[in-house]
Amino acid sequence: MNNIIQLVWLIPVLPLAGFLLNGLFRNHLSKSLTGIIGSGTVLASFVISVLIFLQVKQPGFHGETVTLFDFISVGKLSIPFAFLVDQLSALFLLIITGVGFLIHLYSTSYMHEEEAPHFARYFAYLNLFVFSMLLLVLGANFIILFIGWEGVGLCSYLLIGYWFKNMDYGNAAKKAFIMNRIGDLGFLIAVFLMINTFGSVSFAEVFAHTGGVKAGVVTAITLLLFVGATGKSAQIPLYTWLPDAMAGPTPVSALIHAATMVTAGIYMITRSHVLFSLTPITQNVITVIGLATALLAATIALKQNDIKKVLAYSTVSQLGYMFIGLGVGAYTGAVFHVMTHAFFKALLFLGAGSVIHAMGGEQDMRKMGGLKKWMPITNITFLVGCIAIAGIPPFSGFFSKDEILSAAFGKSPVYYAIGLFTAALTAFYMFRLYATTFQGQYRGVNNTVHGGEDAADTGHGGHDAHGGHGHGLPHESPSAITIPLIVLAILAAVSGFLGIPEAIKPDSHWLANFLAPVVSGTEGANLPAAAGHEISNGTEIGLMVASALLAIVVSLWAGMKFSKKPDLGEATGFGKVLANKWYVDELYGVIILKPLSAIESMLQWIDKYVIDGIVNGIGRLVQYGSRQLRLVQSGQVGGYVLLMVVGILVLFLVELFVKK
Amino acid sequence: MIPVLLIVIPLVTGLIGFLIKSDNGARGWALLSSVLTLIVALAGLGLAKDSPLLHADAQWLPELGSRMTVGLDGLGKVLGLLTAVCFPLIFVATWRDSYKKSWNFYALMLLSQAGLMGVFMAYDALLFYFFWELALIPVYFLCSQWGGERRIAATFKFFVYTFTGSLLMLVGIIWLWSRTPDHSFSLQAFYDVHNHMNGGEQGFIFWLLFLAFAIKMPIWPLHTWQPETYEQSPTATTMVLSAVMVKMGVFGVIRWVAPVVPGGFWQWGDLVSFCCMFGMIYASLLAIKQDDLKRLIAYSSIAHIGLMCLALFAIDKTGWQGVMIQMFNHGINILGMWIVVDLIERQFGTRKISELGGIAQKAPGLTILLVIVALANVALPLTNAFVGEFLLFTGVFTSTATQYNVVYTVISGLSIILGAVYTLNMIQRVFYGNTNTLTAQGTDIKLNEKLALAAIVVLILVIGVYPKPMLQLGQDTVDQVLSRINYKL
Repeated sequence: MNNIIQLVWLIPVLPLAGFLLNGLFRNHLSKSLTGIIGSGTVLASFVISVLIFLQVKQPGFHGETVTLFDFISVGKLSIPFAFLVDQLSALFLLIITGVGFLIHLYSTSYMHEEEAPHFARYFAYLNLFVFSMLLLVLGANFIILFIGWEGVGLCSYLLIGYWFKNMDYGNAAKKAFIMNRIGDLGFLIAVFLMINTFGSVSFAEVFAHTGGVKAGVVTAITLLLFVGATGKSAQIPLYTWLPDAMAGPTPVSALIHAATMVTAGIYMITRSHVLFSLTPITQNVITVIGLATALLAATIALKQNDIKKVLAYSTVSQLGYMFIGLGVGAYTGAVFHVMTHAFFKALLFLGAGSVIHAMGGEQDMRKMGGLKKWMPITNITFLVGCIAIAGIPPFSGFFSKDEILSAAFGKSPVYYAIGLFTAALTAFYMFRLYATTFQGQYRGVNNTVHGGEDAADTGHGGHDAHGGHGHGLPHESPSAITIPLIVLAILAAVSGFLGIPEAIKPDSHWLANFLAPVVSGTEGANLPAAAGHEISNGTEIGLMVASALLAIVVSLWAGMKFSKKPDLGEATGFGKVLANKWYVDELYGVIILKPLSAIESMLQWIDKYVIDGIVNGIGRLVQYGSRQLRLVQSGQVGGYVLLMVVGILVLFLVELFVKK
Repeated sequence: MIPVLLIVIPLVTGLIGFLIKSDNGARGWALLSSVLTLIVALAGLGLAKDSPLLHADAQWLPELGSRMTVGLDGLGKVLGLLTAVCFPLIFVATWRDSYKKSWNFYALMLLSQAGLMGVFMAYDALLFYFFWELALIPVYFLCSQWGGERRIAATFKFFVYTFTGSLLMLVGIIWLWSRTPDHSFSLQAFYDVHNHMNGGEQGFIFWLLFLAFAIKMPIWPLHTWQPETYEQSPTATTMVLSAVMVKMGVFGVIRWVAPVVPGGFWQWGDLVSFCCMFGMIYASLLAIKQDDLKRLIAYSSIAHIGLMCLALFAIDKTGWQGVMIQMFNHGINILGMWIVVDLIERQFGTRKISELGGIAQKAPGLTILLVIVALANVALPLTNAFVGEFLLFTGVFTSTATQYNVVYTVISGLSIILGAVYTLNMIQRVFYGNTNTLTAQGTDIKLNEKLALAAIVVLILVIGVYPKPMLQLGQDTVDQVLSRINYKL
């Protein structure tokens, strides 16, 4: 049974094969075949991931490295193309291939109106994404991780700009790639620093030799890695690409911009927790940035009217929570939240997609309402997602969020207070979203007319290509869409039981026990939440009750408020500031893009008139000089003789005086 | 044997080429010749380092102390292979371009190839100088005869720049020759000559030689000939210039500067490094501003070459390995970009980004190939350029030759971000969006261009995933030359 680990390379290779097949033969494959290749390869990877997981789950299993070949080997630096299979990567494999498969399945129906070659292009990109994401979590060193890291960024770029005729979508795609690249530069410099310090980039080597390294160097490495994480995982100051990324097809938002890619930063920091645990400075920076991002994004989500934008800011905010967890040392809690968030946020996005599909491409919640009448399955599953994210027990979000919050309390009650306030905001905006969409009266206009408008607006069949859909009233989606919703809803509801807090029932935190070999190495003890033990069980239960009650009360209040009287008008006053996202994009424009553009213009002027001007000046001088010199060559023999004599005299004098 | 063939094949076929007074004949003849060269080059790769087939030596100018010594070491193999690979690709990709009196055009191209091969293989300074001029002189004619509207001005500027450089280099070579004990131009004699010179003299000679190479690369602020020349030259010539000829500059530093006047190389490293670093950012920012595709690629190339030069002066093994592999990568990648530009220009009669748009709808095949090449241009992992850039930056960062290594890395690293900006801007504005009246008539890529681009894409990915063979190719030169530079360490 041991050799199943050796087959781990199949997990990324299968989606890669799917990418190549769908990509190369996109003009020849039928849509159903494309769908089968795209989803089938990911399903097969999922099956292998499950087998590997079963192997890894055995007690006493310690990480195993599978080396494929020498990637870069120069002098003392040797970087093999190697995979690391341990508890952490096995868990991520399950999430990526499992949720990934459901989203592929969902896409076969959701993208059905695309023409066959574009349908194949979509699935090729999606498979390439899964391949890259798998490389990211399987890599046994920072370079393989980085290959996946940039690879997912590329796929994100390709999929956000999937409808490439629309320049706005293209801009969103470009913004995502470039903001990610800013982070990637930080990541790369961290890698160079590691090479300089440890002479290696492999996890095993680097983490084993932290002993004699100066604290300042570790702080620099970890801060630079964190810069990379802020790009990929959309934290302040590099978060603004994520809401714009909603230009991509909705299943893409669910897979890449909610469940998997954006959690890469959390994975990377958890993987490198040996380094991060050594430096309180970085940990504090991460906590503060996480808190600020969680709060800022939650306030923006309060006033958004686009169903996907609310979910996008909610994702940014939830990622902030995960970073709080990382900052306070609750690595298990952060990974736990990655998992539950993958379930409930994928569920919410896919549910939103189902709604958008039913509404003929409409994304403005103000034009929805009362959809529960027509879409019972979407309604129920979406509600499950909302309860889970709001943190109402016993659904999954409650457990993972509370693990992070109680760990934060152990560091400082202020952290806890901000986290709790943000949790209340989360419950509020999610139930505002739910009530506005599914409850109350249907406010939709005639879909046929609207679809036409939309098409005229964007220059092609509306958002998500359903603009021309033109059908009367909303309808429930087909089973390829509802089955993933149901599966995810079940997971969102029950997955919290994988991490029952110590305070409630000792030693039943399955996830903590499972991850213990990876993340508790530095803590030296088998503890559920690394920092959670600093507070007593009684306090912890008290905190949990408080946050559960708060979540329930706020959810009910928001749900009832917006069922009766949805928030339909334009925002005013402070609401307008929130609706306009605190004007952060505008601020970046003024302080970065404008000056940069001015510098470019200035350099262009310098290049043309100063540098090239000097060159041309010299050129003209030479031409002028040679015209004058030409006069010397007059044809008069006497003149030549004179010059000759002068020349000889000069040489003679030089010889006489200089060469002693 | 092999080096002689690599020089003689293009030289002789080039001379014969002038006599083939037929467009199609000349075109086919050039392709045939270049394919033959490629086969010989590939055969040479498999040979061991000390194989007698890789070296040749004959009497040339005994009274001057110059011999016709040619040979293929790791550096020569990398660049010989690049030259051999690029020419057939260029001829295939530009198959549909037509030239007046095309036999002269193709003959000059082949002569230039002979010169390039000679440059990369000469083990004698005078011979090197001879080939250097042989490679350049055809380019003056190619540019001035078959170039764009402002070709005369552009050629003049190109000529003045390179000729100035060449002259200074010649002075440097003669100076060095005069300092050799037995008045010899041989590489070995040049390697030993620095033992007879003090630091100041070495520094002076460093500049005489380095300026020619810096102009060729080009290094800021000696770069202004490049965008102009690239813009005005016929695309096939631009391809040779940018894919292969700029490597003469990098090559020159590795073979004729660093090991010959190591004192000067150490002494002036920081000044040159600063110019490289500054130039990378400067060129990247200017690339964002360009509307002409050729100028955009020209500035992008200045940034990329700047990084190679920066790594050279870092005097670090990892970085130098990066230079080796990146010289090859940069060559084929930029060739891929030019193929796309040529195709666009031939189809739509313009290279202005602002006049294009929406080509992806009309030419999906072209777009996919271009996107892969463009991703290599921004050094995405699993493309060849990532391996190169990673090693280059690692070399600069871990350098012990300078105390400013961190500054150089961080500032030049910004070009990673800026590179993404101008490359993605270009893709978006040329290929995405909606078609306009001009691009609505577009058609997809033709078979010949597809073949050339597909070959490049395959190379990009193969080297990107498995760079080991390519890295091993140049290794012996890196070790040898570095040990010569580090003589006092």
